[in-house]
Amino acid sequence: MSNPIHDPLSKKLDEQSKVEVKNTTCYMCACRCGIRVTLRDGEVRYIQGNPDHPLNKGVICAKGSSGIMKQYSPARITRPLMRKSGSERGESDFEEISWDKALEIMQERMGHLRGSDPKKLALFTGRDQMQALTGLFAKQYGTPNYAAHGGFCSVNMAAGMIYTIGGSFWEFGGPDLERAKLFVMIGTAEDHHSNPLKTEIAHFKRQGGKFISINPVRTGYSAIADEWVPIKPGTDGALFLALINEVIRQGLYDREFLTQYSNAPELVNMDENSSEYGMFVRFEVPHEEGCFDPQNKLWWDRELNIPISTHTPGVDPYFLGEYELEDGTPVKPSFQLLVERVSEYTAEWASGITGIPEETIVRLAREMGITARDQKIELPIAWTDTWGDEHQTVTGNPVAFHAMRGLAAHSNGFQTIRAMSILMSLLGTIDRPGGFRHKAPFPRPIPPCAKPPNDPRAVQPNTPLDGMPLGFPADPDDLFVNDDGSPVRLDKAFSWEFPLSVHGMMHNAITNAWRGDPYKIDTLMLFMANVAWNSSMNTSGVREMLVDKEEDGEYKIPFIIVADAFQSETVAFADLVLPDTTYLERHDVMSMLDRPISAYEGPADSVRVPVLPPTGQCRPFQDVLIELAGRLKLPAFTNADGSPKFSDYADFVVNYETAPGSGIGFLAGWRGKDGDKFMKGEPNPKQWEMYAKNNCAFQYRLPRSYQYMRNWNQGYLEWAKRHALLRYTEPINIHIYSEVLQKFRLAAQGKSDTRQPPDHLRKRVERHFDPLPFYSQPLEALQSDLEKYPLNALTQRPMAMYHSWDSQNAWLRQIHTYNFLYVNTKTAQAAGIEDGGWMWVESMHGKVRCLCRHSEAVEPGTVWTWNAIGKASGAWSLDGDANEAKKGFLLNHLISEELPPSEDGDHLSNSDPITGQAGWFDVRVRIYPAGAGEEKVSSPQFDTLPSVPGQMTDRKPSRWLTYFAGKGGRS
Amino acid sequence: MTQLALVIDLNVCVGCHACVTSCKEWNTSGTAGYLSDMNPYGADPVGTFFNRVQSFEVGQFPDTETVHFPKSCLHCEDPPCVPVCPTGASYKRESDGIVLVDSDKCIGCNYCSWACPYGARELDAHQKIMKKCTLCVDRIYDESLPESERKPACVLACPAEARLFGDVNDPDSEVAVAIRESGGYQLMPEWGTKPANHYLPRQKVSITIHEDELERADNPLRKERRKPMPDDSEPTLDETTSW
Repeated sequence: MSNPIHDPLSKKLDEQSKVEVKNTTCYMCACRCGIRVTLRDGEVRYIQGNPDHPLNKGVICAKGSSGIMKQYSPARITRPLMRKSGSERGESDFEEISWDKALEIMQERMGHLRGSDPKKLALFTGRDQMQALTGLFAKQYGTPNYAAHGGFCSVNMAAGMIYTIGGSFWEFGGPDLERAKLFVMIGTAEDHHSNPLKTEIAHFKRQGGKFISINPVRTGYSAIADEWVPIKPGTDGALFLALINEVIRQGLYDREFLTQYSNAPELVNMDENSSEYGMFVRFEVPHEEGCFDPQNKLWWDRELNIPISTHTPGVDPYFLGEYELEDGTPVKPSFQLLVERVSEYTAEWASGITGIPEETIVRLAREMGITARDQKIELPIAWTDTWGDEHQTVTGNPVAFHAMRGLAAHSNGFQTIRAMSILMSLLGTIDRPGGFRHKAPFPRPIPPCAKPPNDPRAVQPNTPLDGMPLGFPADPDDLFVNDDGSPVRLDKAFSWEFPLSVHGMMHNAITNAWRGDPYKIDTLMLFMANVAWNSSMNTSGVREMLVDKEEDGEYKIPFIIVADAFQSETVAFADLVLPDTTYLERHDVMSMLDRPISAYEGPADSVRVPVLPPTGQCRPFQDVLIELAGRLKLPAFTNADGSPKFSDYADFVVNYETAPGSGIGFLAGWRGKDGDKFMKGEPNPKQWEMYAKNNCAFQYRLPRSYQYMRNWNQGYLEWAKRHALLRYTEPINIHIYSEVLQKFRLAAQGKSDTRQPPDHLRKRVERHFDPLPFYSQPLEALQSDLEKYPLNALTQRPMAMYHSWDSQNAWLRQIHTYNFLYVNTKTAQAAGIEDGGWMWVESMHGKVRCLCRHSEAVEPGTVWTWNAIGKASGAWSLDGDANEAKKGFLLNHLISEELPPSEDGDHLSNSDPITGQAGWFDVRVRIYPAGAGEEKVSSPQFDTLPSVPGQMTDRKPSRWLTYFAGKGGRS
Repeated sequence: MTQLALVIDLNVCVGCHACVTSCKEWNTSGTAGYLSDMNPYGADPVGTFFNRVQSFEVGQFPDTETVHFPKSCLHCEDPPCVPVCPTGASYKRESDGIVLVDSDKCIGCNYCSWACPYGARELDAHQKIMKKCTLCVDRIYDESLPESERKPACVLACPAEARLFGDVNDPDSEVAVAIRESGGYQLMPEWGTKPANHYLPRQKVSITIHEDELERADNPLRKERRKPMPDDSEPTLDETTSW
């Protein structure tokens, strides 16, 4: 063999180039991994996981590694654009304007609205990571019409868990897989907690734990499960209720845990004639009212057979039975009510609904219960509870759960997730080793203190909104409704239709604004929200609404501002386009005021810092908002002399305090003049430098004695209060039985003296606000012809593509170039559809032509596809005939944003009636083959979008991409 | 003799493709030059990747396994791609067993890709040069990198740590131990190519519950058992008998 000529180890190029390495935070999805970016002559050469970052510890995913192709995407838009006068919205006919002009236009229009009717500005954002800023802007502006993506993402998961255990999955808590012995994953989208979850599952499996995946589909994480339990979509609640039944029937619940840490033994008033019916009996009026559970409720003492104050030392309460108080009031422990509730929910019953064999359900319950009971972990960690009792150890029952959108995106999701949280609590796994663990700022009171305004007079011209735009209602008086009970918000969040819509309901904003119900608006401002495509239900309909006009020729939604870094489908519908930067070109904060990167061990937050200069005239949207806020003279952004308080977002982040002198700002680390404080402390001008020096992340490790049992851990709660995470140090007891829900039910029944729902909604509120979880079919199924539409249809997010973000990405789009509809082989054969053949999938709302893929990894009643792979022709700088447009498809065309008319209303959102969570996965469909003579392209098709002025189309190679960093990106 | 290789743990691979793009990212700007993409923004995009993940289903519903199978050059100890190369471009390094292509000698004739039974070679259709996994030879010996980072990009990236890297001929290495103790296997050993890369199989954990473990003496339901009790005023033998 002759010697090689080419030296594979040559470093010549790097030696001849300028090589720089900078740390920042990824944003190829919402996972927020630390990244290390190597630049060669100013171009991105390598993006790797930052080994010193607390979240991902050096690993990175397919998306993160493809950041280069996002940075240099030809879909970048680089100049502010104005729709040409005389051109039609949706045609992408723009002219370039200056930033000054763009800001003037916004200042004039938004200033006028603010002075007349601030509601007429609606600001909705997608999967942004700056809700602390966008929410503050909306509040200061004075509009209630603000929300981010949560309402159509996974708000049921957040609300269902927060209203039960005071915390929830993902950013605010998760499974402790380091110590779990049994891990049950149910309905988990593969983007939710992307890298850390992969790492933890792998470790868990290597330690010999059993991993059960319950899911209609076996892909990604489920692929490596020890057991796959296929389940019919939307029936998870039935499964949980049967598991609860079985766990209780076998006596596999953790009685000691429930006694001390939940309301299971607390006595409920059973006097049907009382205005307190279904409420806990209280023996005294609390001396202070706050957003916490006063400790003034009763147990029934087993020893003395009398009612007694809860948590009386030495007392063991009954969990079952019915009793009578001295005044004759009949009472029952709430656990008794739970037992009565689940008595009909047998494994046999659930089997018929879920499609899971009865013996499997019984076995699952036993595996969970016995692992929790017999494999207890005792950690030698001394701690003190809020009742002053000292414990020498922390106990763990090592059964961990994880769940996400598969449970959440159904209109019965809230009660399903309540049931799951109750099961987790019965097993004694809350904030304990091997179970569920919180992440700061959670746990928070049930519900947390932040409230939306509860009075329409909270909206006044030239005045900030009197309250937080989003919050957690605790009773009907917290609703944001007019005197007649009608919604104040455009999206109808916090109204009687969706009382606990804690993340808002942006999926209805456009339809409501178009119809003028509850009212018309003037300006719709969108950021990172692809509402003309995958971020909307009923995509085709919404696109028509966006261009629909009044009789006088004006658009029904008169002015649309879109901030985006790329030529998305939605940009075409803008009147004004604001070119945003990429994540590598700006400052960002993953703030404790929004969704930080906290760990089980303590609070953590992180930042992005620019590693590259902005492209063209791109400006970070945050900077634009800050300048706009200054121009509009919004109080928090304005000095006493009327001058703008902050020069840009970087300046704002360091210097803004939630109130003058509060010491609380957007970043928790290195506060105080000298940077020696955290969580709370005066602004530190060197805060950015400190983050940059420390891997762009701040992490505080709590003492071990504060790391568990935080709902009831005196040391932790006092620490949290001292560090401004919590207002109260009262215990946060688990709501097995939800008084919050009962309060709404009592109002609906006309039994309480709180606000009452409008008559047409009484039955709906009464039915769904059940203080104990119940199973009912999703709302759409109840209104569908299930014989005609026998199948469930749903989407999953692939691991190598985040929503619609990356079809512009030359590498990622080769992994997901177009999508199939996956159909169980037998189901497809019965319908006469060939593997790889063209087919139609049709719901009562619409139909889509797509390609079929036979699959053995999907239960026979479900069809599914990858989300948002299909694209509109010409969008994202793709050629008009790109596979995404011609073979790819969007399931959204089949899904309606509204339910068919019913006695509850004509235009009710297709959402959970409690939280307003979009019921994406409720749609029912049928399938049939496409005709032999039909065109071999997906349907519907849309006119090919042209590129826009200033788009980086010069980067778009005609045929070959040969990226090589340091040569202008091209070899 | 040293034989560097990857050991890929299918027991924990979730098919996320991190190895696919981290590889492309490192190597496209590396010593072998770019990894081209044809029609990057058009119909039927096709690019050069050294590493791909194939996902497939095994079995019939409901007994279905979904397998994610990352595949790259296996760095065979007896690589059939080497002797067929007419220019000597395809070679195996004696020092560490890595199979490489000398880009200055390759004429893009494709013989090696026809010889490779694993389909692991990729002709860069733009450069007309054969390319393949180098085990990131330009990282693993780079002393300017911290020692912990002198690993192939795919190994550093893998969130599940499903990719182990080392000398399979060193019995004490992490990879040799994994192969020995976790049932590591080669792809198609019958071809006699002695592939150096190995795969670790899926392993299943189950829970056994014995009937008599189901209920324990301290079953909490026992605390709730209250048998009906007559009222204190009811007559009893206690008051009526005497002797």
